Amino acid sequence: MAVLGAGGGTSSYEEIENTDVILLWGSNARNAHPIFFHHLLKGVHNGARLYGIDPRRSESAQWADVWLGIDVGSDIALANAMAKVIIDEGLHRLTFIEHATTGFDAYAETVSSYTLERATEITGIPGEVIREMAIAYATADTAQICWTLGITEHHNATDNVLALISLALLTGQVGRYGSGLVPIRGQNNVQGGGDMGALPNKLPGFQDVEDDAFRGKFEALYGKTIPTQKGWHLTQMFEAMAAGKLRALYVIGENPAQSEADSAHTRNSLEKLDFMVVQDIFLTATAEMADVVLPAAADWAEAEGTVTSSERRVQRVRAALVPPGDARTDLHILSALAEAMGSGWGYPTAEDAWDELRSLSPPHAGMSYRRLEQMGGIQWPCPSEDHPGTLFLHSRLWDEDPVVDPAPFIPVEWAAPVDTLSDEFPLRMTTGRHLDGFNTGVQSGGFESPIRIGCTIDVSPEDADRLALVTGETVTVASRRGSIDAPVRIDSGLRPGLTFMALHYPDEVDINVLTIEAWDPKSGTAEFKATAIRIDKVDTLTAAGH
Amino acid sequence: MDLKLAGRQATSAENAVIASVCPEAETVELAGRVIRLERNTHRHLLLPALAAVQSEIGWVSPGALEEICRRLHIPPAEAFGVASFYALISTEARPASVAHVCDDTACRAAGGAALLAGMDGRDDVISSPCLGQCDRRPAVLIQRAGEPDLVITGATREKVLAALAGATSATTDAPLVVGDRLLSRIGNTDPTSLDDFRAFGGFQALARALEMGPDEIITQLKASGLKGRGGAAFPTGVKWEAVRAQPPGPRVVVCNADESEPGTFKDRVVMEGDPFALIESITIAGFAVEADRGFLYIRGEYPLAHASLAHAIATSREAGFLGTDILGSGFDFDIELRKGQGAYICGEETALFNSIEGFRGEPRQKPPFPVQSGLFGLPTVINNVETLVNVPWVITEGGEAYSRIGTPDSTGTRLFCLSGDVAHPGVYEFESGRTLGEAIEAAGGPVGTPSFIMLGGAAGSLVSATNLDLKLTFEDSRAAGVSLGSGVIMLFNDGVDMKGIVRRIARFFRDESCGQCVPCRVGTQRVEEAVARSDGSIEAALIEDIDRAMKDASICGLGHTAAAVVRSAIALGIFGEAK
Repeated sequence: MAVLGAGGGTSSYEEIENTDVILLWGSNARNAHPIFFHHLLKGVHNGARLYGIDPRRSESAQWADVWLGIDVGSDIALANAMAKVIIDEGLHRLTFIEHATTGFDAYAETVSSYTLERATEITGIPGEVIREMAIAYATADTAQICWTLGITEHHNATDNVLALISLALLTGQVGRYGSGLVPIRGQNNVQGGGDMGALPNKLPGFQDVEDDAFRGKFEALYGKTIPTQKGWHLTQMFEAMAAGKLRALYVIGENPAQSEADSAHTRNSLEKLDFMVVQDIFLTATAEMADVVLPAAADWAEAEGTVTSSERRVQRVRAALVPPGDARTDLHILSALAEAMGSGWGYPTAEDAWDELRSLSPPHAGMSYRRLEQMGGIQWPCPSEDHPGTLFLHSRLWDEDPVVDPAPFIPVEWAAPVDTLSDEFPLRMTTGRHLDGFNTGVQSGGFESPIRIGCTIDVSPEDADRLALVTGETVTVASRRGSIDAPVRIDSGLRPGLTFMALHYPDEVDINVLTIEAWDPKSGTAEFKATAIRIDKVDTLTAAGH
Repeated sequence: MDLKLAGRQATSAENAVIASVCPEAETVELAGRVIRLERNTHRHLLLPALAAVQSEIGWVSPGALEEICRRLHIPPAEAFGVASFYALISTEARPASVAHVCDDTACRAAGGAALLAGMDGRDDVISSPCLGQCDRRPAVLIQRAGEPDLVITGATREKVLAALAGATSATTDAPLVVGDRLLSRIGNTDPTSLDDFRAFGGFQALARALEMGPDEIITQLKASGLKGRGGAAFPTGVKWEAVRAQPPGPRVVVCNADESEPGTFKDRVVMEGDPFALIESITIAGFAVEADRGFLYIRGEYPLAHASLAHAIATSREAGFLGTDILGSGFDFDIELRKGQGAYICGEETALFNSIEGFRGEPRQKPPFPVQSGLFGLPTVINNVETLVNVPWVITEGGEAYSRIGTPDSTGTRLFCLSGDVAHPGVYEFESGRTLGEAIEAAGGPVGTPSFIMLGGAAGSLVSATNLDLKLTFEDSRAAGVSLGSGVIMLFNDGVDMKGIVRRIARFFRDESCGQCVPCRVGTQRVEEAVARSDGSIEAALIEDIDRAMKDASICGLGHTAAAVVRSAIALGIFGEAK
C-alpha cells in the first residue's frame, strides 16, 4: 500500500457493512479472520454483492453470490483482464485518473494484452464471468477489494497487490466512504507491529530509516545514532544465517522453526547461529533451540499498552492478571536488558513509552491514553489532540485542488508460480487455515475443539476416485523438497488437480517440509500458496520397496 | 453459506417433494469453476417444504431436513427448531396414517376422551387439542402420507379404524349454519362456483371499492364502527388507515385464518362454505392500503377449508379478480395460501408472521406494531376471517348504514359458535345486542340441566349457566368482566366433569406455550400441576400469583390469558373451597 502513501487498509469495518460490491480475493476470512467476516456478512445482509475469488470453494467462498475458482497464482491475469474490460467499456473514471493518479497510459498499454481469451486460458475462468465482475466492480457506487494471504503468499506478492490497487485507481474505488482496499490482518496487532516500526526499513509511523530528516528526529531524542541503511527482512535474515553472515538472533513472539517455508532449511539455518534468544509466552519449537529463553507475559491480559486493528484503530489493553512465575512484560524485559547494557532508561511505564512514540510519529500524535479511553480507540492518522481520527484513508485523492501526491499506476505482468507442475509432481497444493487453528498451533493446539479435523491432505472427489483414495487413509505427499505422511480428506470444494493442507499442525505433519522457499524480493513473503506435489499410496510405496 | 451438514441423504422420493417446493441452492457453471448462489431469500419456503414432506412422506427424516437446509441455506439446528415446533410435523418415523383424536373441551365429554382411551397404546393415535369441529363432536383428524388429510366428525372407533386402514368414504356431515348476512350464501350456493357467488352479489363490493378509492373505503370503514372479531376488538378502519399512512413502499395484507381457539369454528364454516367472499374481502383490503400481496394463513387442521380456498383463489385468478389489472382498474394483487402445521400460538399475529417467514412461531415484541413492521418487516394489515368478510357489507351498504346495526359500540352482526350441550350446535349470526339466553334458545336450548358456560374460548372464561341476561356486546361483556373472544358459547350440563375440562384447558396452555417467555413457559406448567393436585380444594393464591407473573412478564396474549379459565373456575367454586 506504499503506492498510496501509507501502510494499512484504507477503510473502516463499518464501511464494508455499507458497501455495494465486495471482491473477497484470496481470502478464507470466514475461517482465518472470523471477526472481520462478521462485518463483511453484515454488508452481505445489507445487500452487498459478494464475489469470491479463490481456487478453493472455501467456507468464505460459499457465501459469495458468485465464486470464481481461479487457478492458483493466476490473480494478476484476472485483475489485468478486468482492467482491460473496464477500459474497453469506457467504465474507467477518467477525471479521477487525470486528477489523482499518474502512469495510466503505461498501465493501459500493459493490460491491453490481457484479453478475456488469454485470461481464461491462465485463470480457468470463463470470459463472460470476468467481464461481469469487472463491470459490477467498476459501476458500483461503492466497492471494496479485500484480500489476505492468497494474494501475498506468492513469489510475486507485491505485484499481486499492485494489480489490485490499480483496479481501485482505475475506477476511483478508493478514498471514499465505502470504497477501499482492505488487506485483512490476521492478529489483533499485526497492524500495530508495522506502525511501531517493526519493519526493516521503517522507523515508527512509517518514517523511512534512510531519510536523514526522519532519522535525525529520532537521533536527537535518543541521543544515539541509528544505522543509515535499512535492515534485512525475514527471508534475507535466513539467507544471511545460512551464509553465516548473521550470527546471533533475538526472536520475540515468533516461531520461525515451524512457520517458515522449507522448514528443514530453516532449522539448519537456526542451528548455525552462535547465539539465539527467544522471548515468548510459550516454549515454542524455536524456543527449544534457543540458548536463552526469556518468559514473557501475555500482552492481552498481563500487560498494559495498546494494540492496533486492521482498521488502524489504536486501542488500549490493560493488565488483568499478574504474570505467572518469572514471566515479565515485553517492555520490562527490554528495559531490563537495556539497563544491563548501561542505557539508563530505567523502567518506563507503557504510557511513558507511548508518549515518546507520540512525540516522534505524527499519525499518533493526538492519541493520548486519556483520549484513547474516552473515544474507545482512535483510527490513525490522528495528528493532534483535537483531531477525531480518520475513518478512511486517501480522501486527498478526491481533493478539489491539484492532488499533492498523486497515486501511481504500477503495471505488472502475470508470472506463473515458481514450483511448476510436471508429470512427477502433477498436483497443485495450496495451504490455509482452519477456524479453530491459529498459525503454527502454539496457541490453539493446546485445547480441545469439537470441530478440529487436524492436518489432512484435502483432495477433490475426482482425484480421490482417480487415485483410489478413501477418507482417513494415510498417504505420502511429496514435493521437490521432501515428503510427509498425512491422512486423506475429500473436499468437494476442491477442483480436480487442486489439493489443500492446513498449516496449524507442524508437530504432527510439518507441511513446510513441502513448501518452496521462493520469496517475493519486494516484500520478503514466501510462496506458501503454490506447491507442486504428488500423492502416493503408502501400500504402493511399500510394494515398490521404498 | 457454509452450512455444517452431517451428510445425511434424502431418499429420491423426499428429494422430489423438496425440489417441487425449494429452488436449487446454487447454479454450477463450467465444470465447477464458477458457482452462483441463490441468496438467502427463500427462508419463507421452510414451512411449506416441511409440510410437503410431512404430507407426502409421512415424516421429516434427518436426510430430508438436510436437503431442505441445503437448498434454503438454513442451518440444520434452526430448521429442526422450526420442524419440532409444530404438532403436525413429525421428526421421527411413524405410521403412514395417524389419527389426531380431539379430547379438548367440547369433544372430551362427547366421547372424545373415551375414544382416545379405547385406543391407548396404538402408535398411530395421538391426543389432539381442539380441531375446530365442536359442532359435530367428537372430531378426529387423519394425517395420511401421500394422501390428503381427512376430518372425521361424529367420530366412532369404527370410523377411525376404517380411516386408518385407508377408507375415505364420507367422513363429515354438513355443519349447521344460521344467519342472514355473513352466512347468507352458505348452504344456498355452491362454494366451488364463482358464478353462484356472483349471482348472489359476489365481487360487487370489490368493483364498488375500486371505484371509491382507498381513502373513501377507509372513511366508510371508520364510519361503520367495525371492530376486529379476533378478540382484541380494534377498530378496523383505524388499522387500515395506519398502514396507509406509512411511508411509500411495499405493504402486505394478511388474513389470519389460524382459528385455533378451543370452541371456535366459525371461520372454518365461512371458508368452507363461502370462500370467494374472503378472497373478495382480502383484495379490497389490499386495494385500500395499496398492497400488492396478500397472505392467507389457515390452520393445518382444516383440509376442507384449505381445498375450498385454494380452488377459489385459482378460479378468481383465472377470472381476473386476482392478478394484474383487476377488473381493468390497474390494481395488481394476488393472494398466497399458507398452511399452519398445528400451533395455537400462530394465531397470535406476530407469531403468525414468524411462522410464514420460516421461523419458529414465537410472538415478537411490540412495538413495532404490524401496521409499521409486520410480515417481512413490511407495513401489514392483519385481520381475521370474520372481520374481513364484514368489509364487503360496509362497502355495499355504506359505513353509516352498517353502523346502525347492533349497538353503538358493537356494530354489525357477530358469528357465535354454539356448542356443547345445546340441542342444535352450529354457527349463528346475531345482530349485536342479543343476550346469552337468547343465543342458547336460538340453538334449540340446553340439553340436560345446564351448569356452566364457557365464553370466548379457552382464553376466555367460565360463567354460571344462570347468567343468561348477559348481552353479547363488547361493552356489556367488558362490564361483566368476561370476554366474547372468538365468539365461543360452549354449554356444559351438570353431567360434565368440569374439573376434567379445566384440567384439559390447563394442559392445553402448557402444551401450546411457545416457551419464549419464562413466566409463561414455567407458569403454565405450574398452573397445570396445581389444578391436577386439587382434590376438593385448590391453591387459589398460588394460581393468582402465577397469573399475575404471566400477565406482567409475557409478551403475548397467551401468557396473559392462560390462567383465566382456571381462575374463573375457582371463583365459581368448581374446585370447592379455595385453600
